[in-house]
Amino acid sequence: MSEEKLNPLVELVLARLREFYREPAIVFWVFGFPLLMALGLGAAFRSKPPELPRIGVVMVEESAESLELLEKLKAHPAAITEVYDRESADRALSRAKVDVLVLFDAQGYETVIDATQEKGARAQLEARDILQTAAGRKDPLRERHSRVTKPGSRYVDFLIPGILGMNIMGSSLWGVGYNLVVARKRKLLRRYGVTPMRRPHFLLSYFISRSLFLVLELGVLVAFGKLFFGMTVQGGLLSLVVISILGAAAFAGISLVIGARISNTETANGWTNLVQMPMWLLSGVFFTYERFPEFLHTPIRMLPLTALVDGLRGVYNDGLTLAGLLPEVLVLAVWGTVGFLIALRTFRWQ
Amino acid sequence: MSEPPIFCQGLTKKYDKKLAVAGIDLEVPPGICFGLLGPNGAGKTTTVEMLEGLNHPTSGTIRLFGKSWGAGYDQELRERIGVQLQQTELADKLTVEEVIRLFRSFYDRGRPVDDLLRAVALEEERNQRFHTLSGGQKQRVALATALAGAPDLLFLDEPTTGLDPRARQLLWEVVERFRDDGGTVVITTHYMEEAAALCDDIAIMDGGKIIARGSPRALIDSLGRVQFVEFETEVPLPDLDRLRRLSAVTHVDLLRGRYRLTTDRSLEALSTVISGLAGEKIEPRGLTTKIATLDDVFLALTGKELGEEDS
Repeated sequence: MSEEKLNPLVELVLARLREFYREPAIVFWVFGFPLLMALGLGAAFRSKPPELPRIGVVMVEESAESLELLEKLKAHPAAITEVYDRESADRALSRAKVDVLVLFDAQGYETVIDATQEKGARAQLEARDILQTAAGRKDPLRERHSRVTKPGSRYVDFLIPGILGMNIMGSSLWGVGYNLVVARKRKLLRRYGVTPMRRPHFLLSYFISRSLFLVLELGVLVAFGKLFFGMTVQGGLLSLVVISILGAAAFAGISLVIGARISNTETANGWTNLVQMPMWLLSGVFFTYERFPEFLHTPIRMLPLTALVDGLRGVYNDGLTLAGLLPEVLVLAVWGTVGFLIALRTFRWQ
Repeated sequence: MSEPPIFCQGLTKKYDKKLAVAGIDLEVPPGICFGLLGPNGAGKTTTVEMLEGLNHPTSGTIRLFGKSWGAGYDQELRERIGVQLQQTELADKLTVEEVIRLFRSFYDRGRPVDDLLRAVALEEERNQRFHTLSGGQKQRVALATALAGAPDLLFLDEPTTGLDPRARQLLWEVVERFRDDGGTVVITTHYMEEAAALCDDIAIMDGGKIIARGSPRALIDSLGRVQFVEFETEVPLPDLDRLRRLSAVTHVDLLRGRYRLTTDRSLEALSTVISGLAGEKIEPRGLTTKIATLDDVFLALTGKELGEEDS
């Protein structure tokens, strides 16, 4: 009788993959949700070109000279100019419809800004510059001006790797530990427990299937970032994949510890959220953790999500290699290994 | 001679203060179908789970093929046994074939997947997802996973509970074939028909103990060569002594409005009873005769019926 030799690890991974892609709800949470989130936040925080100063002009006393200056002001591309009468001009300023008032009189002009409005001073400078130049001011020094945008410096460039990290955390925690608890509750694990299947194979199958899906998730988000926000990965794609897999492994490790013994989904739920919550806040997904007091920075950097998100940003935005991200790589590897080892010791089929 | 598939001595299991299994000695020889028969709560499942190595005994010895759990032979033992747990769910989203393949991959040696599908008559359903199957089909998939490693010893815990007679029959056939090929089966059930149809040897359990042991025939014969005559009457009889006085009647019971006369298993005795009833001007309704079953054995041993919960 000829018989194919089946490898238990391969079959377990295949089973995990099939269970995953045959569950539409999970596919949405893993792929659809981060895309929607990136789209929403990305749109809300899209970088806009700097706003032009708005100048309100009042002709207190008209003269040929002041009318000519007014025309030059109106034509200037660096400001938006509108003419007001005296009373409406004050209201426009106090309601921040204009940033600066320019009052022309016989001697020249007077500028008025609202002391509480931040943009006033800049608008005032801009207005003065335009008017003085128009009136014939000669600047003694030769000037050159250029404008550059450094790749990876926008908010969305900060945000997308953050969401990626958060998603890796979520799908690893829910996809591994919670899944184990559900399987234990349904007595599926007991059934596995009476077979000669080896425990490390079983736990490894979770690591491997998570990593495979991760590469997909990563591809989708990177392509999305490129397509919608023109983001490019500054560093190597392989480094990005390696960091992500290390991240997934770190969370899978933590998650296995949670799922090693619990047989009640509510408890598992609570623990999973307890692990996630502080990292959502501290690890710098939405804003940098540099804002927290200095003494917290080191402990925050020990958190797996911080290491993951910092690592992703390092590769994505700063073009770093794995060697340049050694501390992050180490933190992730330690979380993953320690988690896996603890889980291997504490794991119960029932 | 090699070691028996199952040997256990003084097996007990205590949950908190409750003694679920109260000292069991058991030896099961190879090549037979052995039944643990008893009502719900008798300790059957706890017993087989200890034999399967899922549950640790509070005290006592277990040896499968001469080897104990937790003594370095677990992996070897797991290769040699097949298990169907009571009401196991398998991976819902996988197809029948995928589930069986997965379990087959866990064993070093075993039966080919196609062979397993054929054995449990699920070749046509091979591409159906597990959660779409009927109860009987699910149990057959579970049985196939238990057979996947070509075990020497097969444990089945209430495999036919909740199944219709046709589904039950199908499952029995698979088990019989396994036994006929030289395998050893341990099955728990609270259906006496199942035990009678399938088992070569039975232990009746109640309150965590084995209260009787033997082949179905031997157990029934242990009641004496008896037969029952059962009937109802329009008006309840004022006193059972009139029945007891009938010749050939050894015992009289009143069970849920039916009179049950225990008599010798001979036509002569039966006709004596019937004419005796006529002589007493008792008009029997729904008169039936019954040969003794395992239910009667259980009733005789414990004073209660098998279907009753053991509280």
